[in-house]
Amino acid sequence: MRAVYAVSGGVSKFAKARPDKTFPALVKEAYDYMLADVGLEHPQFYELVDGSVVSYFSDHFARQLMAGIMVQDYLGLLPKPSHRVEGGGATGGICFQEAYKSVASGDMDVALAMGFESMSHVNTWKGNEFIALASDTSFDYPVGGFYSGYYAMMVTRHMKEFGTTVEQLAHVSVKNHMNAYYNPYSQKRRKLTIQDVRDAPMVAWPLTRLDICVMSDGAAVVLLASEDGLAKLEKAAGRRLPHVKVAAIGRGTDAMRMADRPHQSYDDFYRYNALPNEMDADSKAYYKALWEKGFRYPGVHSFRAGRMASKQAYQRAGITRPAQEIDFVELHDAYTSSEIQTYEDMGLCRYGEGGPFAASGKAFLPNVDYGLDLPEPSQVPVNPSGGLIACGHPVGATGLMQAVFAIWQLQHRIKDHFGNDTLQVPHAKRGAIHSHAGTGTYVTVSILEREA
Amino acid sequence: MTENKKTIKTKMEETEDGSVLFNVPFPTELTEETLASLKKMGPILVKDPYAITYLHSYGQDSPWFAGLSNKVLLGSRDPETGYTYATPRGHAMHTGQETDWIVLPQEGKIHTFTVCHFGSETFLPETPYILVQVEFEGADTLLLGRLIGLDPNEASLDWIGMKVQAKFRRLSKFKPTDVYFVPTEG
Repeated sequence: MRAVYAVSGGVSKFAKARPDKTFPALVKEAYDYMLADVGLEHPQFYELVDGSVVSYFSDHFARQLMAGIMVQDYLGLLPKPSHRVEGGGATGGICFQEAYKSVASGDMDVALAMGFESMSHVNTWKGNEFIALASDTSFDYPVGGFYSGYYAMMVTRHMKEFGTTVEQLAHVSVKNHMNAYYNPYSQKRRKLTIQDVRDAPMVAWPLTRLDICVMSDGAAVVLLASEDGLAKLEKAAGRRLPHVKVAAIGRGTDAMRMADRPHQSYDDFYRYNALPNEMDADSKAYYKALWEKGFRYPGVHSFRAGRMASKQAYQRAGITRPAQEIDFVELHDAYTSSEIQTYEDMGLCRYGEGGPFAASGKAFLPNVDYGLDLPEPSQVPVNPSGGLIACGHPVGATGLMQAVFAIWQLQHRIKDHFGNDTLQVPHAKRGAIHSHAGTGTYVTVSILEREA
Repeated sequence: MTENKKTIKTKMEETEDGSVLFNVPFPTELTEETLASLKKMGPILVKDPYAITYLHSYGQDSPWFAGLSNKVLLGSRDPETGYTYATPRGHAMHTGQETDWIVLPQEGKIHTFTVCHFGSETFLPETPYILVQVEFEGADTLLLGRLIGLDPNEASLDWIGMKVQAKFRRLSKFKPTDVYFVPTEG
């Protein structure tokens, strides 16, 4: 595999509705932003780019088949290679990884990963129906298909098994909305209290409207290149952005139906799923005690796909202590609860410790006043951009939006793009991005690193 | 836990009935200037209904639905390992073997639950409704179902572990909701 650089990116403004533009024009907005950042005009760039991968989640939302080629066409990238990828909520993360593979494999030197979603063409409740069609339409959807309901069932079990509280969940909402306050691309920039989150209308017990991300229209574009490709881009532009490398990718899967997820033994967990930082005697004793209390893995409370994606990516990137060795994480917080579950999958804390971790302060930024009493200092800021909860979740663009924000963090250029550096993670050298589908069915984790 | 506050609405409900429009404002004279001004025109949104009828086959899972209409709850078992699925599947996850049909007990326990106060458009009129994942003695996986007979406004973690009884619709709809669950009496 060849070295792959994440050169630059662009995002459109995410909003509840963008009726001012069609989806190809929305992608063009992100594409033009990226071009300006790199310092190239389209005709120059056209001579250098080898092809693209385009992602959007839903044919129902789009009501336009082969929408991917319409993006390629509108942007003026014909007749170069392109294809569309789809994988539920992880669509954008998968798009990023497929473009990565195009470069790593030697098939392309300069590749675009482009994603979008237009979710405003139907009302919210029809939109929820479309999203719920990403659950088994024989056994899950007809029972009352509603993704917030599925996630609520997971966290209810998490609360029962581990004592996780709704106030711990609300910490995630306060954090991500507050971070978004400083991110001009985000959809919801709000200063909230724990009480605000709990007082919001109940959607699926115990999740309120402020525990849940919103639907959006938006697009994001990431430019990836090999070493040769990067040299060509820099030569044409006559300038050089700080280099960010894609150090590794990882991906995992799990049962489409939440009900089918296994309830594995302690031995199997250690055989297949444990991370290097869980191999010490203390962790083994901790997990042994959990199993004795009836914990089974992954059950409905944990995402094995997220764990396996992390495990693969960490192994490839040489990460053995993720909480210490990763400077920030942009993860798929479609729900406050799934952010907490994902802390555990990614090994930022152990399974069962996500609730206290959320309220500890470790996942918060050092330079932001959250109006909360946080017992611990910042360790590994999670969703410094505001995440899906506050930035929005235009599905096919989301995983790419995370990549764009991660590139800007690692280039130490948050100020250039956000107009202020409040969200800049100081001295960021390594970041992880995490994209997640279904009830934890496809998960991607990619590791990005600033080159010294 | 903080319960929902009753609030007075301050926003008029949005509906999609709208008006039929046959003309929109447009420059009466097409000059360089008015043509350029078209870039500032707001978007036209048209209502575009879309309805489909599918003939959805349950395929190899069909006997499960036939079972429900005969008040039988079926599951699938891996003949090699005995691993048992409370939600049927034709081939086993671990061995790849074709599964055998077995009869599941009609009493189980709530493994987890939620109360949906909102939902997809189809289910919106049924809110608030309770979803449960049910565990059964002798089964390794769960079954998603509706639960009735508990107050949706009194949701509590104490519901987890509660014994529930399967009930069946007399007039089958051949949907997974032909079976639903109620708390076991006594």
